[in-house]
Amino acid sequence: MNFGYRINQSSMIDLDRASKDIATQVLQYEPSFAACIGCGACTATCSAGRFTPFNLRRLQLMMMRGQTDKAHAEAGKCMLCGKCQLICPRGINTRNILLAIHRLTTP
Amino acid sequence: MYDVAVIGAGIAGMEAASRLAQMGYEVLVVEKDGRAGGHVAGWDRLFPFQRNAANLAAEMLKMMDRGKAVKVLVNTTVADVQRDGQHFRIWLSDGQGVTVSAVLITTGFKLFDAHRKEEYGYGIYDNVTTSADLERMFASGKPVTTKKGERPQRVAFIHCVGSRDEKVNNRHCSKVCCATAVKQACEIKQMYPDAEVYCFYMDLRMFDRHFETMYLDAQTQYGVIFVRGRLSEAAESIDGRIAIKAEDTLMGKMLKISVDMVILMAGMEAAEETDKLAGMLKIAVGKDGFLNPVDEYLQGNFTREKGVFVAGACTGPKTVSETLADARAAAVSIDEYIRDGSEEKSLREEIIEKIRNKRVEIRNRRMKNEEGKSIEF
Repeated sequence: MNFGYRINQSSMIDLDRASKDIATQVLQYEPSFAACIGCGACTATCSAGRFTPFNLRRLQLMMMRGQTDKAHAEAGKCMLCGKCQLICPRGINTRNILLAIHRLTTP
Repeated sequence: MYDVAVIGAGIAGMEAASRLAQMGYEVLVVEKDGRAGGHVAGWDRLFPFQRNAANLAAEMLKMMDRGKAVKVLVNTTVADVQRDGQHFRIWLSDGQGVTVSAVLITTGFKLFDAHRKEEYGYGIYDNVTTSADLERMFASGKPVTTKKGERPQRVAFIHCVGSRDEKVNNRHCSKVCCATAVKQACEIKQMYPDAEVYCFYMDLRMFDRHFETMYLDAQTQYGVIFVRGRLSEAAESIDGRIAIKAEDTLMGKMLKISVDMVILMAGMEAAEETDKLAGMLKIAVGKDGFLNPVDEYLQGNFTREKGVFVAGACTGPKTVSETLADARAAAVSIDEYIRDGSEEKSLREEIIEKIRNKRVEIRNRRMKNEEGKSIEF
């Protein structure tokens, strides 16, 4: 008999288990990756984000928290227009970061 | 003959000059503008207790004048300064030269020019204005209106304009804008209780003792709405309203809203005079343009040039109360410096005796001036 019960995977961010390997590599490739203050100006100005749920601020956080499962697909949504780089108050090289994430998470 | 030259007659300069005069020094204050009082004299109310800003400046000016030991020269700048042994020779823009024992720099700050953040439309769209403009509107006593003279239904305050922004070469936080935005947001609500007021912030830096109460009041008493997100741009619609865009970062979603007025919280930058004086007096300037004291912790008013002191916002953004405390500290540092002015014991005693006599003389002058009024020391 199947009652439809199932065990969900925990949605908790488990920093004891999270791997920051990719984030570390992105940081090495583009040190400004560490400078994000999460203001969201990149997302607000994002051309791709107007049509897809792409969110660079969240992608940065996901990487830093070791949540890299969807990172490749997320990074792939970027059109590399560079508006986020123009607006970033911390002067982060967002284009380099996106390219690095895309490359480092290629299966 | 003056003992100390204070450069800048904003609140830091006035407070330091007052204190130095109390201590027995003759002080010359040089002010580039046509009046003393600096930025504060042009503002309406001061956080956290809504103290009238112009009154405060006027009161300070009166205090400074009571011993008749402070001379203020307005519309005057320093053309050149040179060390002359233990003294400084100062040439002023009006051609006169003075010799002093110590120089205090209180050149304050310059308001960030909001035109430089072109994407926010200051100077382009009618209803995009700055916190300083709004303060002047409040001070005028007239109701705050849109350019067309209509009462605003919706107002958005934009924090961190020209602050915390590498793109305009200002990494620093200007410190006072968060509290100012919350203050002004509440004042708009006092004026128009049914208006919708928004604050777009990156981090709310309500660091001082009474600021969190201001924040809480803004939320609970006034219903100010806080959105955590940095504006990407502002655009004017055909009816003159301003459409603004940000990410609501706590929702993780893009957000747009049309408002009747946008208030840009313009930050603080180092004043041009500061840089000029730093060059003439060989004082250390930070990458942000503000002056670097010898030791941030123990010698916050000392510079690497003996006899040159700093106070107020020329060493970085400060609130009014921080500026005044800093000015008083500078007065104490200068007093110590002048009293310890000689290696020789007999000369030192002579200097101290001279100051003591002068102090009595200045106090007598002040008391005579205040005859009939109550006097406090």
